[in-house]
Amino acid sequence: MAKAVSISVPRMTALGRAEFILLGRNKMGLYVALLMPVMMVWAMRRAIGEVDLGEAGMSVNEVALTGAFGYILLFAVYQHLVSAYVARREELVLKRLRTGETHDAEILTGTALPAVAVAVAQCVLLVVAGVLWLDLRAVSRPDLMAAGIVLGVAMSIALAAVTASWAKTVQGSQLVTTPLVLISVAGSGLMVPLEAMPDTMADICSVLPLTPVIQLVRGGWLGGMSAHEAGGAILTGIAWTIVAAYGAKRWFRWEPRR
Amino acid sequence: MDIGDSVIDVSGLRRRYGPAGDEGFEAVRDISFTVARGELFALLGTNGAGKTSTVELLEGLAKPTAGEVRVLGHDPYAERSAVRPRIGVMLQEGGFPADLTVAETVRMWAGCTTGARPVAEALELVDMLRRKDVRIKQLSGGERRRLDLALALLGRPEVLFLDEPTTGLDPEARRNTWELVRRLRAEGTTVLLTTHYLEEAEALADQLAIMREGRIVTSGTPEEVIGSYPARIRFAMPMGWFVGDLPPLAELGVVRHEEDRGRIELQTRELQRTLTGLLLWARDKDVELEGLDARTASLEEAFLAIAGAGPAGEPAEAGAGLGAGLGVDSVAGRNA
Repeated sequence: MAKAVSISVPRMTALGRAEFILLGRNKMGLYVALLMPVMMVWAMRRAIGEVDLGEAGMSVNEVALTGAFGYILLFAVYQHLVSAYVARREELVLKRLRTGETHDAEILTGTALPAVAVAVAQCVLLVVAGVLWLDLRAVSRPDLMAAGIVLGVAMSIALAAVTASWAKTVQGSQLVTTPLVLISVAGSGLMVPLEAMPDTMADICSVLPLTPVIQLVRGGWLGGMSAHEAGGAILTGIAWTIVAAYGAKRWFRWEPRR
Repeated sequence: MDIGDSVIDVSGLRRRYGPAGDEGFEAVRDISFTVARGELFALLGTNGAGKTSTVELLEGLAKPTAGEVRVLGHDPYAERSAVRPRIGVMLQEGGFPADLTVAETVRMWAGCTTGARPVAEALELVDMLRRKDVRIKQLSGGERRRLDLALALLGRPEVLFLDEPTTGLDPEARRNTWELVRRLRAEGTTVLLTTHYLEEAEALADQLAIMREGRIVTSGTPEEVIGSYPARIRFAMPMGWFVGDLPPLAELGVVRHEEDRGRIELQTRELQRTLTGLLLWARDKDVELEGLDARTASLEEAFLAIAGAGPAGEPAEAGAGLGAGLGVDSVAGRNA
């Protein structure tokens, strides 16, 4: 159907509000969304300290704090949403919602709203903390940073929807999210900037989904990103988001497997 | 649309799961029916007869393999936005987030529904207002069904789809639900309901259809459906008397009889004539017919005859043995 679908903000808000209440009542979910990014940054600072950052021209704090955006996207958005989608599917909530007026995209987006709010708040806190207490420079290109965050959030939601089809239980969702988390931590510049990697490896890592997001955020905060680099990162990010959104449309399961 | 127009139109509907050939399974096989505005239409059948598969197509949750569905004049699958705001749906199996309260759940649903009733009004309809602050996970099965019904009614729908709405309810809650459904119908709501409680269909339906193996095998008003099945007279012959001692059964209007260890069952389409003949004979012979029981066919008998027997049909209810066995024969007799 090529018919345009009008997206309803009130419907998504209603779903988002309910999901926000649920997040508040889910201790494990809160822990993953709020504490995991902080703990990962804390844990990774030591490891980053052992990397030779000379070639990248960045300090440990600069790498750690810009990489932290990646942890926020991975834990507060991606991993949290996979378990939320799986939980709602297994409770037959998604099936019930689909009998109403709400469109599929609204259901997925509405459910994601609290995670997005938490992630954006954490990003803002990160910048404030970095500039005020950790002696990082002020954000030099807010536009690039914002582009990175928007792309990262959209991509994480779509990837979560795809990943949710692989898990049968909420516990299982931890398992199926591990590959992307590990690949991203190792290869998308969260720990080791691509500039500090051997060339071949950096080339490979530059096409990973979260890499363009981290590059945009890092370039946006620390500066020094050429228009050519920024354009390439935006295009790569958009491409991943489109592929993931298509995958979600194609494979997302609305009902438990029988 | 004029009053009396059909609100639901189904023609040549088919639904197939899986690939063509033996691998797949055709759950709905070429069914057609219409439901007029303000009418209550009940779809009956045993588990696996294809009721839910059919209703899901009417609700627009899936696309038919073949055939056509029109709800309020629209294709419910392709023109979802036109149909959904005007219908209410209660699934056989739907869920709500376990950690939300009843009121929070209704509020969420209201935010997704055009012209929603106030939360308290919706809960009052199904007698759940006093449970509004209880978490979903603490509700009983019956309470969940009632909450589900409240959500189906939230948008004051013109057409209501209820898939086994009273399954799991206690008798009182079931009566209350029937009252509510009757009231809604009186207000002009068109209702399509599936059930395997026959007294429910008998009590509520204007029209009904009995499905078996994906096909509609009988349809009409409850009276028409029941009327096509013979009435039954049961009694025990006293010691020393045999069926052969009765007057010729065909002359009494008996279409079929069975004997099981002295218990006689006669089937007739002219209950009064058969019964009069039998009783006059008993008075003549000064014979006591023990355990005499005469009754017109019930929907249950019609249902068991059609849906409960046969290779793919599960035995419908406990204690159906004799009745179901007779029923098969009477169907065969009808077809012959």
